[in-house]
Amino acid sequence: MTNLTRPFSARENTLIMNRFDLTKRLVSKLHAKEAVIGGIGNNNFDLWANGQRPENFYMLGSMGLTIPIAFGVALAQPERRVFALEGDGSLLMQLGALGTVARSSIKNLTMIIFDNGMYQITGKQPTLTNSCVDLVSIAQGSGITQSYWAKDEAHFEQLIDEALTKDGPHFIATRIDDKTPVASTDRDPVKIRLGFMQALSLHP
Amino acid sequence: MTTDNPTKAKQEAWYEIVLRVLKSNDVSLITYVPDKVLAPLIKALHADPYFTVIAPAREEEAIGIIAGSYMAGLRGITLMQTSGFATLANVLASLAVPFQIPVLMMISERGTLGEFQVGQAIVCRTMRPVLDTLGIENYAIERLNDVEFIVDSMIKQAFATQAPAAMILSPLLTKRSV
Repeated sequence: MTNLTRPFSARENTLIMNRFDLTKRLVSKLHAKEAVIGGIGNNNFDLWANGQRPENFYMLGSMGLTIPIAFGVALAQPERRVFALEGDGSLLMQLGALGTVARSSIKNLTMIIFDNGMYQITGKQPTLTNSCVDLVSIAQGSGITQSYWAKDEAHFEQLIDEALTKDGPHFIATRIDDKTPVASTDRDPVKIRLGFMQALSLHP
Repeated sequence: MTTDNPTKAKQEAWYEIVLRVLKSNDVSLITYVPDKVLAPLIKALHADPYFTVIAPAREEEAIGIIAGSYMAGLRGITLMQTSGFATLANVLASLAVPFQIPVLMMISERGTLGEFQVGQAIVCRTMRPVLDTLGIENYAIERLNDVEFIVDSMIKQAFATQAPAAMILSPLLTKRSV
């Protein structure tokens, strides 16, 4: 197990950013009732901390299913743009979902990946992305052609602008630090679902 | 296409009845991981433009997709085999049950009544205990005459009570010759 190297990728040249800050930049660009599915733990905690938009859905378990849930929402409402916020550890659990999304050619789905190379919430144990696995290469290999590492905050914003104006699916991966989330989500599943469904019953 | 003609209804195969009842209940999104018994149903669903049919890599993914679509106003069902159901305890316990999402499942039952594969026979025994432990409504369909009533009433109850439901296709229905 020596010399674990990954194939050349832009991951090495990306700035290490912050999840709360990037989520803030995303949310500030959402003006058309876009749906946002927050993956478990820190990903939806920082979404919650950025203002509880009614079109946000906060997962409380089901690690790895952020992209499938967001895909289901996107299938049901093709006129609404849908964002999935997922962590590296979670995505590694359900890599087949990338191929499912690619094959569907869904236009209104964007996947944003927060990759800090660790299972941060359980004690910062390293994930596979900490050594040899590159999630953008996997997304591309799964057939999602519009898959990019965000080089810095400005590039992230540019990729979000593209996701808001061009057909998807879009896959935007970011490298982030290990700062703790700014808040934590209220854990009432039925309240979360009903609020989300009420918001999604309104036209985008 | 609902028919009131009982003689015509009797001529339908189980999968033709299932397809018709899904339509009459506005269930148009199908996610599945394939199974030999389900094959004629899957083929018929693919051939009918009413249905959007998605074949993900895993059953968990299939459940996640229909959970999301339900919340956005589109009704769906996941088709799978017994061994696939065995991978679902976590998603049912953390998504379908606590969020009260009417996730519909149709499970082709392997592992009993003539199974040749020991792993299937063993994993089959976990299915009903998991469903019962999670408090998920489940019913096995054993006779052709019961298909319409069980599928229709379980779908209606799932949406009326915001609860997941498991329709089990018994070998008595799918393997027995008449």
